[in-house]
Amino acid sequence: MAVTDLGADTIAPAMTKTPRDSEGVWSIAWHKLARDRLAVVGALIFAAIVLAAALAPVYATYVAHTDPFHSNINGEIVIDGKPVAVLASSTEGLGLGQTPIGPTWRGAYLLGADDQGRDVAARMFYGGRASLLVSFGATAICIVLGAALGITAGFFGGLIDSITSRVLEILWAFPVYLFAISLSIVTISQGLTIGWVTIEASSLLLPTLIIGIIYTPYIARPVRGQVLALRRTDFVLASIGIGCPTGRILLRDIFPNIAPSLIVMVPLMVALNMLTESALSFLSIGVQAPNASWGTIIQDGQGLLYTRPLVAIAPGIAIVITVLALNVLGDGMRDALDPRSSARAGTAAP
Amino acid sequence: MILMLIRRLLQMLFVMFGISVLAFAIFFATPGADPSARIAGRNATPETLIQVRHDFGLDRPLPVQYALLMKRLFITGDLTSFVNRGQEVIPEIVASTPVTLSLVLGAALIWIAAGGLIGVLAAATRGSWLDRGLMIAGMIGVSMPVYWLGSVINLFAQSRLHDSALFSWVPPLGYIAFGDDPLGWFKTLVIPWCTLAVLYAGLYGRVLRGALIESLQEDYVRTARAKGLSESRILLRHALRCSLISVVTLFGLDFGALVGGGALLAEVVFSLPGIGKLTFDALQTLDLPVIMATVIYASFFVVASNAVVDIAYGFIDPRVRDA
Repeated sequence: MAVTDLGADTIAPAMTKTPRDSEGVWSIAWHKLARDRLAVVGALIFAAIVLAAALAPVYATYVAHTDPFHSNINGEIVIDGKPVAVLASSTEGLGLGQTPIGPTWRGAYLLGADDQGRDVAARMFYGGRASLLVSFGATAICIVLGAALGITAGFFGGLIDSITSRVLEILWAFPVYLFAISLSIVTISQGLTIGWVTIEASSLLLPTLIIGIIYTPYIARPVRGQVLALRRTDFVLASIGIGCPTGRILLRDIFPNIAPSLIVMVPLMVALNMLTESALSFLSIGVQAPNASWGTIIQDGQGLLYTRPLVAIAPGIAIVITVLALNVLGDGMRDALDPRSSARAGTAAP
Repeated sequence: MILMLIRRLLQMLFVMFGISVLAFAIFFATPGADPSARIAGRNATPETLIQVRHDFGLDRPLPVQYALLMKRLFITGDLTSFVNRGQEVIPEIVASTPVTLSLVLGAALIWIAAGGLIGVLAAATRGSWLDRGLMIAGMIGVSMPVYWLGSVINLFAQSRLHDSALFSWVPPLGYIAFGDDPLGWFKTLVIPWCTLAVLYAGLYGRVLRGALIESLQEDYVRTARAKGLSESRILLRHALRCSLISVVTLFGLDFGALVGGGALLAEVVFSLPGIGKLTFDALQTLDLPVIMATVIYASFFVVASNAVVDIAYGFIDPRVRDA
């Protein structure tokens, strides 16, 4: 029993398993994806970045021999037998201030130091960790919250739907960055306390929650549309007719049909969330010290842009590569799971 | 048509009301801290706190506080900053609006032209290396953080290559009003425009290409082919017209997102004293009255411009009028 015409919002109808049709929509999609060379490359690059971020402590301890979270203002390292100060007095302009050491292209201070004498390369590894954690966490929140809201509104209809839809309409129209700024600025100084739960102001959970909430309508609205269409299909009406409990209908009939479109959203949402996280961190309202993310390192590098440009440039390159890999992978997954969309295009953009 | 107009305007007012309530709730009713301490900024004296409580009626019920805030934002316009004592917020927003509008409108012109060109070229040569190259370039553009791209461009245009023939004309970062010096205005803005346009041109190219390829499979295109029209005429006169609808919708959404997002970041990187820079400076000092005002004003602007796009859309495409 294949569902073919569910309206424009539906993606990749799932088939119920019968003995004859053993190859389901997932396995077809998997084979398609594996043949998409660009998408495979994207996936491999992304996997390498995740691995590198996971190995951050290993890099800091065994390669850079430094603690990237403590300033090292009076430190010295030995290059070619000569001691070199990590922060040297500035020789440019009026000679005021200090210029951190540039890239050494060896273990310690591979990409140089920032204005507090911290190893930029080691901070990049840790920064990648924070960026990935926040983007993935926020994506999980968006998908779970968005799917729950969309399914509830679409399936139950009536008053629940009216209220949810109105709320989503407002959230949708609230420009995401302004929404994020409002949420960040009130939580940034004191953290957030709801009942017994207290989230520290420096916790990664705060940006994760904020980004997860602001993008929830992006998931909930299309899901609602799909569920609304599914609600009127024969097989759902039949399930209701034979008296299936609602939970079972949601789990066995509705969810499998929206799952492919949710899965397709994952890499694109992670990419979008990563760009948003870095932008908020750049505005100093995302990831807070002592944590570092790629966005905060770019912000640290702003004052050094003309003397030590690598501090700001290197984390940006990391963001571009990661987001690009995710966008390419997301495109491939969409083509694999939704045969009709191969002509259409749309990528995560802030 | 008039019915649609009224309905859309009512919806706009509803959404504006919703956003203002939501923003108010975030600023004044987030659990865990005293809102007067937030509004007063860092290290506020007890007298300041008392004045804030009085000004915002913080000892009165929430609806009264909401009404007071709206009155001070839109009717009396006398919201003042507590970080820069006595500085009125609304005149600052009014003064920085032309900067943001110059930035956003100029960038939009460039990205629409570039995106249109990319989309038509890619659709006309679909499957070729040009098509693939344009699509990959577009995707790279979309994947770049705008403030980072701005920093990299600044590095070259302001420092490393500033003395070369290519960038010697670049003025120092900042803004020159159009009324003072039109050429200077153009020179200070052209790099920020292009930076923002890079972000969106690729996206528009991708969307337009997809829409064009979809419309090329429509029956009316087959009819046009059967009439013996040239392929370029079919693409530009028949398919492009219908495909523009998807671009117009996207434009309404992105224009709004740009005012509240990309433009904010570009203004910070290029030191343009627009609403985004105002917000950024207020974020650094935790100047809450300024942030409240910019967030609500900018959101209202975005909602209003979305409504205008929707209404314009109704004029362009009769099919959506009765929807």
